[in-house]
Amino acid sequence: MMNAVVKPPRPKLRVATTSLAGCFGCHMSILDIDERLIDLLELVEFDRSPLTDIKHCGPCDIGIIEGGICNSENVHVLREFRANCKTLIAIGACAVNGGLPAQRNHLDLQEILLEIYQAGPVIDLDHARIPDDPELPLPLDKVHPIHEIVRIDYFIPGCPPSGDAIWTFLTELIAGRTPSLPYSQLHFD
Amino acid sequence: MSQSFTPIGQEMPGLDQWDVRHMSQSFTLDGAEVPFTPGQSILEAARNAGIYIPHLCWHPDFPAHGSCKLCVVKVNGRHVSSCATPAAAGIEVKSNSPEIREERKVLLQMLFVEGNHFCPSCEKSGGCELQAQAYDHEIMTPHYTLFYPDRPVDASHPDLLLDFNRCIFCELCVRASRDVDGKSVFALSERGIHKHLVVSSESGRLADTDIDPSDKAANICPVGVILHKRQGFTVPYGQRAYDETPISEQGLPNKETV
Ligand code: SF4
Ligand code: SF4
Ligand code: FES
Repeated sequence: MMNAVVKPPRPKLRVATTSLAGCFGCHMSILDIDERLIDLLELVEFDRSPLTDIKHCGPCDIGIIEGGICNSENVHVLREFRANCKTLIAIGACAVNGGLPAQRNHLDLQEILLEIYQAGPVIDLDHARIPDDPELPLPLDKVHPIHEIVRIDYFIPGCPPSGDAIWTFLTELIAGRTPSLPYSQLHFD
Repeated sequence: MSQSFTPIGQEMPGLDQWDVRHMSQSFTLDGAEVPFTPGQSILEAARNAGIYIPHLCWHPDFPAHGSCKLCVVKVNGRHVSSCATPAAAGIEVKSNSPEIREERKVLLQMLFVEGNHFCPSCEKSGGCELQAQAYDHEIMTPHYTLFYPDRPVDASHPDLLLDFNRCIFCELCVRASRDVDGKSVFALSERGIHKHLVVSSESGRLADTDIDPSDKAANICPVGVILHKRQGFTVPYGQRAYDETPISEQGLPNKETV
C-alpha cells in the first residue's frame, strides 16, 4: 500500500438552525444568500434545521436561532441549542427583542385566548373552546427575547436581516474573525 | 467623522466682528483644537468646528435640556453632558474614545429596553434619531431585560397619532409647544420608571387640544411618537435619512436633515 500523504479535507463546521416564535422570514433570508449557498455548503453542513428535518440538535459549532420565546417548547429547544452549540447567534428582530409577538406583552394571556377562540366574530360559538390538547406546548404569559433565557454570543438584528447581512456575518465568523456589519447592512427594520 | 475646521471669521454664519475677536479662546477635543465664544457649550463649539458629538435631547433651536446624557464627554477626567457644559479655555475633552462610546452604547440600550421599540412596525424607522444613534454605535442587541411597559396609543386626533411606546422623554415636544407654539399641549408626568408623557386636555386626549399639524410640537419628535396620519410610508423603508448615511455625518450645521 502506498503512503498516503493526501491532506484530509478541512472538516466542515456543523450548523443548526431553528425558528421559535418567529415567522420563518429569517430562514427565508438565509436562503436569500442565493447561489452563495453553494459556497456556504463547502464550509458547513447542517444539523437540526428546517432544511434537514433532523429533530434534535447534536454537537454543533454554530447555532442560529430565529424568533423569541413564547411557549414552553421554545424554552426547551433554546436550551438544547445552547447545550450543543459552541456559538449561538440570535437572528432577526424577534430573537433580539421579542419582535412582533412581544406586542402581546401588555395584554392578559387568558383574555387574548378567549378573544381569539371563544369570542371572535368568525367563531362557531357552539363548538368554541381554547385548544387544550396535551401535545400543545403551553404559552408563556409574556414573550421574551432569547438573551433573557440563555447566553447569546452574537446578534443579527433586522426584520429580517438581509441575505447580504447574513452572508457577511457568517463568512466572517467562519473565517475566525469577530463578525461585524458595515453600516449599510445594519438595520432594525 | 469629519475633523475639518472652518477658519475663524470665515463662513461662520451668525458671527459678527465682536464674536470673531473673542474667539481666540480654545480647548482640545480628542486632541484637536476647537475655538469657542464665551457662553457656548462644548457641544455647540464642537459643531461649529465640524465635529459631531452624539445627542438626542439637544436641538439647535432650544436651550440645552441635559436629560438624555448621550452627549456625554470626559472633561479633565470627569464625565459631563457636553450640551450643558460651557466650553472653557484649555480644557481637555474626550468624546470619541472607547470608554465614552461604550457609555453612550449603554445609555442607548437602556433607552431601548425602557420603551417598546418594535422598529419593523414603526413609521419612523430609518428616519429615527434613536435608531440612527444605535446604528452609529453598532448596537446589535438591547442587552438588558426588556421592560415592555404598557402605554396605550392616542389615535383620537384626525391628523396626528401619538404612540407613547416610543417616547424617550426628551421633552422637545413639551418645549416646542410651550415656547414656540404657545400652547403647552404636552407635559411629562410622574418620575422614574413611572414617568410618562401626558396631553394637557381635560380628557387627556390629543383631539381635545388645539394642536395643529403645522405646529412645531407636531414636527419635532426625534423618534416615532408624534406621527402624521396617512404619511407613514410615503418614503419607503430603505430610502430614509439614516438608512445609508450615519447621523454623525449629517447632524452638523448646514447638513441638518428633516
Ligand atoms: S422610535 Fe425609533 S427606535 Fe423606536 S421603534 Fe421607532 S424606529 Fe425603532
Ligand atoms: S413625544 Fe417625542 S418629542 Fe415628546 S418627549 Fe417623547 S420622544 Fe421627546
Ligand atoms: S444631548 Fe446633552 S443631555 Fe441630551
